[in-house]
Amino acid sequence: MTTTFTKAPADVAPAAAPRQRRRRRTGGPLAVLPLLVFVAIAFGLPALAMLDGAFTVKDQATGASSYTTANLTGSFQGAYLTALTGSVKLSAVSAGLATLLGLPLAQAVVTSRSRALREAVLTASGVLANFGGVPLAFAFVATLGNSGVLTRHLSLTEHGWDLYSFWGLVVVYLYFLIPLMVLTITPALDGLRSQWREAARNNGATTVQYWRHVALPVLAPSLLGGFVLLFGSAFAAYATAAAMVGSAVPLVTLQIADAISGNVLVGQENVALALSLDMVLIAGLVMAVYLPLQRRSARWLA
Amino acid sequence: MARLNLWRWAALALAALYFLVPMAASVVFTVDVPGQGVTLDAYRRILSADGFVPSLLLSLELAAATIVVVLLLMVPATVALRLGSPRLRPVVEVVCSLPLVVPPIAFVAGIATVLKWGPEHFSRTPLFQTFVAIQDPDFPVVLVLAYVVMALPFVYRALDAGLRAVDVRTLVEAARSCGASLPRALVGAVLPNLRGALLNASFLTLALVLGEFTVASLLGYEPFAVWIYAVGGSQAQMSVAVSVLSLFLTWALLLALAVLGGRSRTASASRG
Repeated sequence: MTTTFTKAPADVAPAAAPRQRRRRRTGGPLAVLPLLVFVAIAFGLPALAMLDGAFTVKDQATGASSYTTANLTGSFQGAYLTALTGSVKLSAVSAGLATLLGLPLAQAVVTSRSRALREAVLTASGVLANFGGVPLAFAFVATLGNSGVLTRHLSLTEHGWDLYSFWGLVVVYLYFLIPLMVLTITPALDGLRSQWREAARNNGATTVQYWRHVALPVLAPSLLGGFVLLFGSAFAAYATAAAMVGSAVPLVTLQIADAISGNVLVGQENVALALSLDMVLIAGLVMAVYLPLQRRSARWLA
Repeated sequence: MARLNLWRWAALALAALYFLVPMAASVVFTVDVPGQGVTLDAYRRILSADGFVPSLLLSLELAAATIVVVLLLMVPATVALRLGSPRLRPVVEVVCSLPLVVPPIAFVAGIATVLKWGPEHFSRTPLFQTFVAIQDPDFPVVLVLAYVVMALPFVYRALDAGLRAVDVRTLVEAARSCGASLPRALVGAVLPNLRGALLNASFLTLALVLGEFTVASLLGYEPFAVWIYAVGGSQAQMSVAVSVLSLFLTWALLLALAVLGGRSRTASASRG
């Protein structure tokens, strides 16, 4: 409201104001309403159902259901706990590796003077970061699986290689995590002014010193934010793991899928919902860390 | 400088190796069958394969419906935010980011629970028909609902980025002072300026729906990605061949988007 008045020249302001005020009252909220209603139904209902189910247990004998935290405690025990920690470990390791490998790649692209190279790498990253799921899993099975092309030609199996394992999954996850890191960190690297490097060099700093004392501290929020984003992305991934390892590696997403398909002990039907709630909490934590970091790193990019 | 260049090329070469080898190996895997030599048989069999055409068609129909619904919901909302409901902005932003906090697998767990309410609680009410209708195996509306929710973050970012480049208020004021009604101003002046953002949002949604596996497979439907997975069990060569094809298809789509949009930055908004 105030911005309109300060921006509009004084002589047209009185004429424009009533019309704008009218539109503001009628158009705005009405146009947003369908979206809110849709999300309330298509997203709110399942979310509430999950929340409700996570705290409900149905008595097999009587059919009566009661509220309890048994599901949640159950989801932190035995095979479910193994799956949760397995997921966290896998996501942390692959996100960490992707951060370490994505940074030099992005730096190589940013410092290159070739505009074509930059555009090509960023476009390819945009495509690859969205490439996951079943086709990715099959591409890697064809490459590094038991009868994969590389496995056969380099006889990797004799060297102890197994794609259907923890490290196999890490190698596959890096395929979409590294490009995601490149996309996330490139704007921050662009924000590193060459003056800072020159100033450091003029003061006698070596390249290593420049990176340790100037560049990395400036990049830290972006790097950490990127890591957290990658972690969330790897944590939520299901299709790739399902198509590749079946259940050879314990992951929380695979456990939930198993439970939804009815593959659970009697009385634990709602553990899947409790596990989902665990995932939502972890993903929420990820966002809670990521958003402030992103805002913080945006300061340097202005 | 020479040392720096060497380091840069080493980084780029290693990346190229890592990202290109699986592609190349997949292609080799499909054409070089042990004992048969080089053959294109795997690709030839795709078209006649059981379920290929129906599953692809289903995926395309779902994608079309999802794009229409998500744009109908999001375009008015985002334009309205620019035109004069800035106070609703944080609300829409949060609503569109919510799906990022709920991973697809958790989302589908919730959906499956809701769908079970139908037979359990509503079997004698008219609402039951709705439950049956949205789960129609020929066209599962429930998948469209889920995909629209999952596409919200991407679409919001794409549209928001597009709108940032356009001064919507001035455009509308200009069109209205030329005598256009508000709807006409929006359709005639604002939408054409958003063409890039609309295309961007549609392509991202299309890529999302074509590749979506989690929700569809756990709710028991068989669109394209689920079909590839099902085929993989029995016919390894062909499943990889289809994967390679779908990969190139998705790439072509997203590259077209990058070229049309002109800015590679838009692609970066896709994941969150």
